[in-house]
Amino acid sequence: MENARIAAPVQAEPGGEYRTDAVIVGAGPVGLFAVFELGLLDIKAHLIDVLEVPGGQCAELYPEKPIYDIPALPVVTGQELTDRLMQQIAPFDPVFHLGQTAEAIAKTDEGRWRVTTSAGTVVDARVIVIAAGGGSFTPKKPALEGIEAYEGTSVFYAVRKMDAFRGKRLVIAGGGDSALDWALNLKDVAERVTLVHHRDGFRAAPDSVNKMRSAVAAGEMDLKIAKLQSLEGAAPQLTGVGVASKETGDETIPADAMLAFYGLTMKLGPVANFGLNLHENLIPVDTEKFETSEPSIFAVGDINWYPGKLKLILSGFHETALMAQAAFRYVYPDAKLRFQYTTSSTNLQQKLGVA
Amino acid sequence: MKIRVTDQTGKEHELEGIEGWRVMEIIRDWGLPIKAECGGACSCATCHVYVDEDWMDRLVPATDEELEMLDTAPAVEDNSRLSCQILMSEALDGLHVTLAPGSEPD
Ligand SMILES: Cc1cc2nc3c(=O)[nH]c(=O)nc-3n(C[C@H](O)[C@H](O)[C@H](O)COP(=O)(O)OP(=O)(O)OC[C@H]3O[C@@H](n4cnc5c(N)ncnc54)[C@H](O)[C@@H]3O)c2cc1C
Ligand code: FES
Repeated sequence: MENARIAAPVQAEPGGEYRTDAVIVGAGPVGLFAVFELGLLDIKAHLIDVLEVPGGQCAELYPEKPIYDIPALPVVTGQELTDRLMQQIAPFDPVFHLGQTAEAIAKTDEGRWRVTTSAGTVVDARVIVIAAGGGSFTPKKPALEGIEAYEGTSVFYAVRKMDAFRGKRLVIAGGGDSALDWALNLKDVAERVTLVHHRDGFRAAPDSVNKMRSAVAAGEMDLKIAKLQSLEGAAPQLTGVGVASKETGDETIPADAMLAFYGLTMKLGPVANFGLNLHENLIPVDTEKFETSEPSIFAVGDINWYPGKLKLILSGFHETALMAQAAFRYVYPDAKLRFQYTTSSTNLQQKLGVA
Repeated sequence: MKIRVTDQTGKEHELEGIEGWRVMEIIRDWGLPIKAECGGACSCATCHVYVDEDWMDRLVPATDEELEMLDTAPAVEDNSRLSCQILMSEALDGLHVTLAPGSEPD
């Protein structure tokens, strides 16, 4: 792959107000390809994704695993497919709102849609394309009784501001890159950092593992090979984390806050409250336009349902082409839609910047 | 060939095992609550089970890839395994596993 040609996603300022033709909820492979199919019809798109990077399941669950059933690409990894899609859609200048959840939708007096995100961003668009796949990625939570009551005050699954942990006693749970990186970054800010992992092996980058081991040896932070067992203190304020170790038995690590990094899992999330009909957590659509129960809201890719639906990237791509034809009629109600091939249409080639 | 599966509510089920299938697939195809988000690609850890102590030694040991993925499961014990990495065979007739927290679908 010619990585040099892959453009980084153009990120919009969070909290802003934007106006466009189509807003795509989900920047997985299908959401990305929707930009292309819409773009060929002069429909501008903004994408919203809770992940910090585009690619959906391909980027989050299997970036390095090969996919074998993309037409004309005998083998491609999840990350390569994402990179190539980004390259393919670059001519259409999609605007990305990453690291935020599309939380609510509302109809405007003009008959358009306003989509609001968890970062306070508002995107006003004529059509909504839901490409939310298996749902929005959310942190896996440790199975500890009553954990919800501490969340947001003293239990966290991400670090927004390092300074929030200044002078605090921290337990950082997990054995991957996020856990190690944050333990290393926060050890100089916090009063004390204790990294808790259930085994003495780490799936993080070898360099981070070495750095962590030397910091522990130098007495700058603690490492505890143990299982999380309980949260102590009157919720929402933590005072300690109970752990069980095979070597040293049960103990409570004094802590003002716990950060847990166990990776992500998919949950349908706020899309469930968009007011659309659902069929077992999926959005029913017709197979001509891929429109939902609400006119001018479409659903493509893994999130939709119709008789015979296959959850394949290939199927999602196909769906975007038909969706775009229908979206065109909302965005350009007075224009005539002509079917054109990219091979022979100068007009399409100009849009792609190749003619 | 049978497997016994205790679900998240403590109810036990006896399922017909099929030679060569992954234990995750058998659990899922019998309609028990297992998320198995990645469909068996050892990429999600939402097919996490606890294997009965008597059976641990009879399983093929976990690969590094499986151990690393297990690190992302919320409540790992010594007898934790990813059910998508256990291949059903005659030798596992009677295998007993318990669905772990975090393996339930939404
Ligand atoms: C291990 C594995 C291997 C696979 N192998 C293949 C294969 O070989 N061939 C194949 O065709 N398919 C394969 N698949 C399936 C394929 O990955 C999916 O079909 C595909 O990713 C669906 O694309 P999508 O864009 O519809 O959804 P997703 O990839 O699920 O992307 C949806 C995106 O929407 C975001 N999102 C959801 N709700 C919100 C919200 N409210 N706000 C903001 N963002 C939101 C999510 O964070 C996510 O990034 C595989 C899947 C896995 C897990
Ligand atoms: S099904 Fe995903 S790891 Fe087993």
